[in-house]
Amino acid sequence: MRPDEISGVIKTKFPQAKEEAGTNNIIVPKESLLELAQYLKNPPLAFDNLHCITAVDRKEKMELVYILYSICERHGVTLKVYLTPEDLNVASLSALWKSANWLEREVYDLFGIIFSGHPDLRRILNPYDWKGYPLRKDYSNPELIPKPRL
Amino acid sequence: MAVIEKIPAAKLIRKVPGGGLFLTTSESLLKWGKASSLWPMTFGLACCAFEMIAAGASRFDIDRFGAGVFRASPRQCDVMVVAGTICIKMGDCIRRLYAQMPEPKYVIAMGNCAVSGGIFYYDTYSVIKGTEALGIAVDVFIPGCPPRPENLLFGLMKLQEKIRNEKDAAR
Amino acid sequence: MDTTRTKDIYTEEFLINMGPQHPSTHGVLSLELKLDGEIIRECTPHIGYLHRSMEKIAENRTYTQFIPFTDRLDYVASMNNNLGYVMAVEKLLNLEVSERAKYIRVIVAELNRIASHLIAVGTFAQDLGAFATPLFYCFREREKIIDIFDRICGNRLTYNYIRIGGVQFDLPKGIDEKIKEFIKYMRPKVDDYDNLLTYNAIFLARSKNIGVLPKDLAINYSVTGPSLRASGVKWDLRKDEPYLVYNKFEFDIPIGENGDSWDRYKIRIEEIRQSLRIVEQAIDALPGGEPAVKVGRIHKPAPSEAYFRTENPRGELGFYIVSDGSMYPYRLKIRAPSFSNLAVLPELVKGVKIADIVCVLGSFDVLMGEIDR
Repeated sequence: MRPDEISGVIKTKFPQAKEEAGTNNIIVPKESLLELAQYLKNPPLAFDNLHCITAVDRKEKMELVYILYSICERHGVTLKVYLTPEDLNVASLSALWKSANWLEREVYDLFGIIFSGHPDLRRILNPYDWKGYPLRKDYSNPELIPKPRL
Repeated sequence: MAVIEKIPAAKLIRKVPGGGLFLTTSESLLKWGKASSLWPMTFGLACCAFEMIAAGASRFDIDRFGAGVFRASPRQCDVMVVAGTICIKMGDCIRRLYAQMPEPKYVIAMGNCAVSGGIFYYDTYSVIKGTEALGIAVDVFIPGCPPRPENLLFGLMKLQEKIRNEKDAAR
Repeated sequence: MDTTRTKDIYTEEFLINMGPQHPSTHGVLSLELKLDGEIIRECTPHIGYLHRSMEKIAENRTYTQFIPFTDRLDYVASMNNNLGYVMAVEKLLNLEVSERAKYIRVIVAELNRIASHLIAVGTFAQDLGAFATPLFYCFREREKIIDIFDRICGNRLTYNYIRIGGVQFDLPKGIDEKIKEFIKYMRPKVDDYDNLLTYNAIFLARSKNIGVLPKDLAINYSVTGPSLRASGVKWDLRKDEPYLVYNKFEFDIPIGENGDSWDRYKIRIEEIRQSLRIVEQAIDALPGGEPAVKVGRIHKPAPSEAYFRTENPRGELGFYIVSDGSMYPYRLKIRAPSFSNLAVLPELVKGVKIADIVCVLGSFDVLMGEIDR
């Protein structure tokens, strides 16, 4: 299916999902994420491959990006969820796609977003007793020597 | 007579005229033995590990220097070649491995990352900037990113020279 | 000895650490194993021993300054990493490169794929016990490829050759004869590996039916690359979402049947043969022209984002770049194939012996520089 057809199908089933301006990404409110994910996994859309989960720190909000692909139907979609800094809590998708297990652990390690329902949420790349979330824009560490900008 | 000048340890031995005998001191013999059979530990961390393996493969052949036996256990090694970036999580392991090696032990820091942090010096929160920053005394530094296998062999020869000129051979 | 007395022997599970420094964990990976004698009951991988914070570095380097860092991600297939990153940046900038640059990129990427698969095959055979011979043969072949790369761009391991807009230098004179000579040299050597290893009775006994990865589990865990194809899924980005000029070449995609370690090894040998076919066709069809489009060193893309994935020797490497209009990226995410490939390991090793976990890990061909970034 083409990207605009996919977003059309999603918007008819889930009216609270909006499309991002200029792209084919779908912005989902965090309460309907799990339901939408279950719908996407079933046929006819059949997204069987959760390819990548990442986060972007936009200072006044935190943006979570999910990239899904389908091997049998040969199409892809990108979902976005916005979180406020006071409430960094979202449902985990590890029951639907097992690749979400380690990908969500990495996002928790680097950004501090808590995934409720995750079987084993602990740090994966940094040491287990590390303090702070390194990829946030306001992270400070005396060992970090910044390179002078051009 | 011509052969003896080519041996690097030639300064340590004296030929007795007229016979097939050589005289040397027991210290020189010990130093020659130590330098010619350095057994490295298989300890490649990152990209430099592949240049170390290539140095052990057939084109560059580290075995002709006596160092071809790469042992995995630190208890059986003489030299630890730190090849690659040292991260905070790995720092404790390296200190423990160094402590487990029996004396006499030597350390070669291979590659820019092991020498001083390399390209990971700026903007990193999880890299230890060099082997000396861990508290381990290094004998030979080999810069390069990654250093060619010939550079590793040159560094090994420099270490052999350092061992042959040591003051206290029975360390 | 009276066998009824064995019921009084007290046994318990014990925990050992196949720690970060180990000859067969292919880098700094720590596996915590709960053992019952020799049988593994549970396996927990611990990673992060090579976490070099590349994503944080990317926020403070220009787009061109980050290219040497991509070399050090998957340090055995540097050209493919450079290619993936540069194609993502070119998607962000909406930049088209010349035909000659596309052909040169395909040639170096496929040669690097051969070099990477040679290491995978050599170290896999070494882990299974064929201690030095396959490894030395593979490294001897690899030195020939590295000689070609040395002539093209000056470095042996980390090339920094594929740049935004094309490639750094044009191919030197006489390099096509060298590449054709290498292809003629390499073809009988791949048959050599088949004769030595593939149908050897000990090799078969040690790797057939070990670590079987079923199709649905592989897709659910987002395993990609030769490991996915060994489980029977026909998916290769070079054929299914072609980029550069891959749609102009004729090559096959080898698919496995069972998904065990032997299949994963066999697919890599077949992929070497197919890559030789691609390089031969590309060298014959190399067009003239400029090797690079003239772009400056500083790029300021419009505030937008782009995601691009390419087929690395280990799987699908993806780069997600968010730009805010300045010359530094706002966020760069590297989607590493070995990260997802390693996540499936605990499921496959329940109930096998320790020697078999070494076989399964070697057949997945993971590389820690990519997992930990």
